[in-house]
Amino acid sequence: MTNHWIDIRNSDVILIMGSNPASNHPIAFKWITAAMEKGAKVICVDPRFTQSAAKAHIYAPLRSGTDIAFLGGMIRYIIENKLYFEEYVRNYTNATFLVNPEFKLPGDNNGVFSGLTDGKYDKATWSYQTEGDGRIKKDPTMQDPNCVFQLMKKHYSRYTPEVVNKITGTPVDKLIEIYKIYGSTGTPDRAGNELYAMGWTQHTVGTQNIRTMCIIQLLLGNMGIPGGGVAAMRGESNVQGSTDHGLLFHIWPGYLNTPKASLATLAAYNEKETPTTKEPNSLNWQKNKPKYVASFLRAMYGTNASLDEAYNLLPKIDDGANYSWLNLFDVMYKGKFTGFFAWGMNPACSGAHSNKVRQALTRLDWMVNVNLYDNETGSFWRGPGMDPKKIRTEVFMLPCAASIEKEGSIINSGRWNQWRYKAIDPPGVALPDGDICSEIYFKVKELYEKEGGPNMEAITKLSWNYGTKTFDGHYHFDPHSVAKEINGFFLEDKTVENPTKKGEFKEFKKGDPVPTFAWLQDDGSTSSGCWVYCGSYTDKNMSARRDGKKDPTGIGLYPEWAWAWPVNRRIIYNGASVDPSGKPWSAKKAVIKWVGDKWVGDVPDGVGDPGSGRPPFIMKPDGVASLFGPGLADGPFPEHYEPLECPVEKNFLSPQKSNPTIKRFDKPGVGSDVDVYSGIDSCDPKYPFICATYRISEHWQTGLQTRWCPWLSEMQPEMWCEMSKELAKERGISNGDKVIVSSPRGEVECVAIVTPRFKPFNINGNILHEVGIPWHFGWITTKDRQYNPGDKKAEVFTWGDAANLLVPTIGDANTTIPESKAFMVNVVKK
Amino acid sequence: MVDVNRRGFLKISGAVLAASGLGISLKPVSAYAQPLKIQYAKETTTICPYCSVGCSIIVSTRKGKVVNTEGDPDSPINRGSLCTKGGSIYQMANNENRLGKPLYRAPYATEWKEVDWEWALERIAKNVKTSRDKSFRAANDKGELVNRTEGIASVGSAAIDNEECFVYQKFLRGLGLVYIEHQARI
Repeated sequence: MTNHWIDIRNSDVILIMGSNPASNHPIAFKWITAAMEKGAKVICVDPRFTQSAAKAHIYAPLRSGTDIAFLGGMIRYIIENKLYFEEYVRNYTNATFLVNPEFKLPGDNNGVFSGLTDGKYDKATWSYQTEGDGRIKKDPTMQDPNCVFQLMKKHYSRYTPEVVNKITGTPVDKLIEIYKIYGSTGTPDRAGNELYAMGWTQHTVGTQNIRTMCIIQLLLGNMGIPGGGVAAMRGESNVQGSTDHGLLFHIWPGYLNTPKASLATLAAYNEKETPTTKEPNSLNWQKNKPKYVASFLRAMYGTNASLDEAYNLLPKIDDGANYSWLNLFDVMYKGKFTGFFAWGMNPACSGAHSNKVRQALTRLDWMVNVNLYDNETGSFWRGPGMDPKKIRTEVFMLPCAASIEKEGSIINSGRWNQWRYKAIDPPGVALPDGDICSEIYFKVKELYEKEGGPNMEAITKLSWNYGTKTFDGHYHFDPHSVAKEINGFFLEDKTVENPTKKGEFKEFKKGDPVPTFAWLQDDGSTSSGCWVYCGSYTDKNMSARRDGKKDPTGIGLYPEWAWAWPVNRRIIYNGASVDPSGKPWSAKKAVIKWVGDKWVGDVPDGVGDPGSGRPPFIMKPDGVASLFGPGLADGPFPEHYEPLECPVEKNFLSPQKSNPTIKRFDKPGVGSDVDVYSGIDSCDPKYPFICATYRISEHWQTGLQTRWCPWLSEMQPEMWCEMSKELAKERGISNGDKVIVSSPRGEVECVAIVTPRFKPFNINGNILHEVGIPWHFGWITTKDRQYNPGDKKAEVFTWGDAANLLVPTIGDANTTIPESKAFMVNVVKK
Repeated sequence: MVDVNRRGFLKISGAVLAASGLGISLKPVSAYAQPLKIQYAKETTTICPYCSVGCSIIVSTRKGKVVNTEGDPDSPINRGSLCTKGGSIYQMANNENRLGKPLYRAPYATEWKEVDWEWALERIAKNVKTSRDKSFRAANDKGELVNRTEGIASVGSAAIDNEECFVYQKFLRGLGLVYIEHQARI
C-alpha cells in the first residue's frame, strides 16, 4: 500500500475492485466505514455480489478478467470530460514526454504494440525523443501527437462505454455512473482510493490491471495524498516482509535485482543496475544503489570476505531465465530436483494445478516441511491417488513455534512493522523457525568444514551471529540481533558527511547503528541486511513503539506506533501532495507543509526546498511518475486481452485475443504432458463456465491453520461451488446438492450454493455463467481419509479438496502469478 | 511488558459500567463483581498471524498456558476489534493437533515415525550436502561464473517473522539456491 489502513478514512471515494475486504480484510472495513460516515462513496466492482458489495453505495458486476477494459473506459471518460488534475499531470507525470515517432499503439498494429516477435517485445520504439544533451524532449502543452498524454488519449479512445460493455458485461449506465463518481476525485480537495488484492494479480494481465489503476490515480492527482493511493491488500500477515527480504528468485532483500550471469563482477553489476538520468532537476535516488548492494553483501558475509569476493560467492541466475513458482514446479515435475524445502507453505493445495504439484513431490529424493500442523504437502505421499509403497521421497516434517510462541516483527500491508512478543512455549519440542534454520545451517556448515565441497566458502563464511548454543547444544536464535543486522551498523569507526546537510559531519563508532539508509556507504564500512528497513532498529527497537494516541497531523498517521518503511513515512509519494511552489494542493488534503525552514507533517518524500524544481517521484530516474511505462514485458500502456482460457470467441478490441507475451506451458519443449488448457482458440463446450477462486473470513489460505481450528471449521466445514439460480436451473442443481466441478486438470467435489449473488453475464448477446469456489480446503482434515495410529485428527472435520486442482499452469506476463481468477470449468450434479 | 494504557482503559470502563448500573439494573454490577478470567494473568501483545491488516491482540497467560486472547484497544489500527480468524488464535495455542515432535517418513514407508531433532537435523544436513554437491555448477553453458545449486528448491514463507525471512534467505543463497519462491508469487 502506498498509504495505510487508517488512511482509508480520509478517502472521498473508495473503489473496491479486485478484492473483497469485508470478507478477507474485515478490520479494514472499520476504516471504510469511518470514511462512509464522513460522506465517502463506496463503489464495488466484482463478478459476484460480495459482502463488500453489500456495504457499497454502488455495485457493478463485471466478467472475470476484463478489468482493463473497465478501467480503460474510465481513463477515456476522465480525459474526454477533462476530469483530470491538469497541473499534477503536467508536472508530476511523464505526460509531457515525447515518444519515439516509430512507436505504434495496438489500435494501429493488430492489437499489439510495436516490436513484437515470437512472444517477446523488442522495446526499441518504446523510447523517448531526446535533445542533443540527452534530456527527454517534452511538450508542456501536452498537444504534440507523440507526447505521452496524446498517445494515451488515442489508445483509450477505443474503450468506449459500448465496447467496454460488450467485453465486461457491465451495464453502460453503471459504467458511466462509476466513471463519473470516481472521476470526481480529480479536484485538489477530493481523494479517491482503490483497494485491490488477488482479484487483480491472479490474471495473465495482472500487473497491467494494477498499472491501469495507477494511471487513473495519477490522472486524478490521487497519489501522495491522504485518502488516495493504490492499496495492495496483501494476503498474509507478513508477505510484505517476506517480499522485502527477498524470498523470491528475482530479488535480493530491498528489491535489488538478483545478479545475472553476464554481470561477472560487482562493478559490472553496479554499472548495469544503477540508473542514471540526464534530467537536470531529478534526484534519481536509485543512484545510491551501490551503497545498498555493498551493505547487503556485508550483512551476508560480514568482513569474512571482501565485497568482490562476496558478490562472486553468491549464486547468479542465467540471463533471461525465469525460476519462478510455475517453472519451479515444472522443473520438479521433470525430476530435476533432488531436494526441496517447503517452509511454512502448503504448495500441494496452494499451487496452481495442484495435481501436477503433488506428482512433482513424488520425484524428489527428500523434502523438508516446516509447519504447525500436518498438511497436504508434508503428507502428500499418502494423499488421494498416491501409493506410498511406490513413492521414494524421504520426508521430514518439522514442528515449529506459532506466532505467539516466539518473538519478532511482521509488517502489514500499510508497511507498518510491528513487534510481537512471546507469550508461551511452543508445544512439545517444537522450535521457532529461526532456531530450526540456524540448526540446519550449523550442521551443514560443519559437514563442509569437515568434508569440503564446491564453493564451500559461500556457506562457511556467512556471518551468523544471532545467538548462542546453550548447554544442551541447541542454538537459540535471537531476533533482536537479526533485526539490528537488517537495520544495519557501522563495521568500523568512521566520520561521515551528513547526506542532507553538506559540510556537517558525524562520527560513528564500529557497531553503531546506521540511522537511515541515506547514511549507508558503498565502501564496505556499513552492513545492512535490507536497506529499506534502515532506521527500524537504531538506539531502540522502533517497531516495538506503542503510542497509539499521538497523531500530530490529525490525519491518522500515528507516527509513534510501530515503524513504517521507508524512514517511518506513512504516505509514500507525499512530495506530490504539494504544488511545484511547495504549497499543499489543498489545505484539506495536506500531508506535509513548509514551516519556517523545514517540512512538517509526515516524513517528506522526494520534495526539495519549495520552488527547487525537483520532481517528487525520486525513485524514478526522471523524477516523474509513469503514465507511459516501458519497463513492463507486455506494453507501455495496459491493453485489454482476454484470459488464456475464456468463454468468448474473440477480443472485441482487437484481433489479438490473449496477452501475446505470456509463457504457455503446452508448447513443444515447454511444460509437460499434464499442462493442458481449454477454450484457447475457440470456446470449448466441455468447459463452458468461467470460474474464479476466492476467500472467506473463517479460513486462511489453504486452510492449513484454520481447518485445524474447531471454531472456524465448525463455521465453514465444506468445500462449495457458488452459482447463480439461472445456472443451477439449467443444470438441474438445487441448493445443497453435491456437484463435481471439473477442468482439464482435475476435478473437485463441492456442495452447490445457489445464490442471486452471481448473475449470468450478457456478453455481446451471449449468456455466460460464472461460478466461484473457495480455495481453503484440503484432504488432510477430512473424515474419510485413512488414519494411521498416532495421526492427528481434526476435532471438527472438513470436507473437500483444493480449488487449485482446477487452476491452469499459466501466469502473468510480468510476475508469472497464476491465472486463478479466470479459467474455464464444467459443473455437473453428482 | 507493561501495558499502562490498557489498564487505564479497563479502569475507566469499569467505572462507567458501575455508574450506569445504578438504579437501572443490578446485572452489570454483578457481572463486574465476577473475577475476571484474566485475573493474575500475564499479558503480552502480538500481531494477528492471518491477513495483513496487522491487528494487535492481547494474549493473557497463566502458568504457561494461554487463558484468553482479545483485541488490543491501544492499537490505532484495530482499536480492539478482531475478525473471526483473529478472534480464534486462542485455539492455535490450545490445540492438541499442533505438531510437537519431528516426524520422519522413510522412502516407501506408509507412515510417519517420530524422531528426535538431532537425528533429523543431521540427516537433513547430509541430504542437503549430497544434493548440493551433485548439482552444483560453478559455470553455466556460456562459461560464466554462476556458483549455483540447481538440484534444490525452496518455497516459503510469508508466515514467518522478518528476522526469520532474512536469515532463511541468507541460508538459501549461501547454499547457492536460485529456485527461491514463496506465497508472494501465487
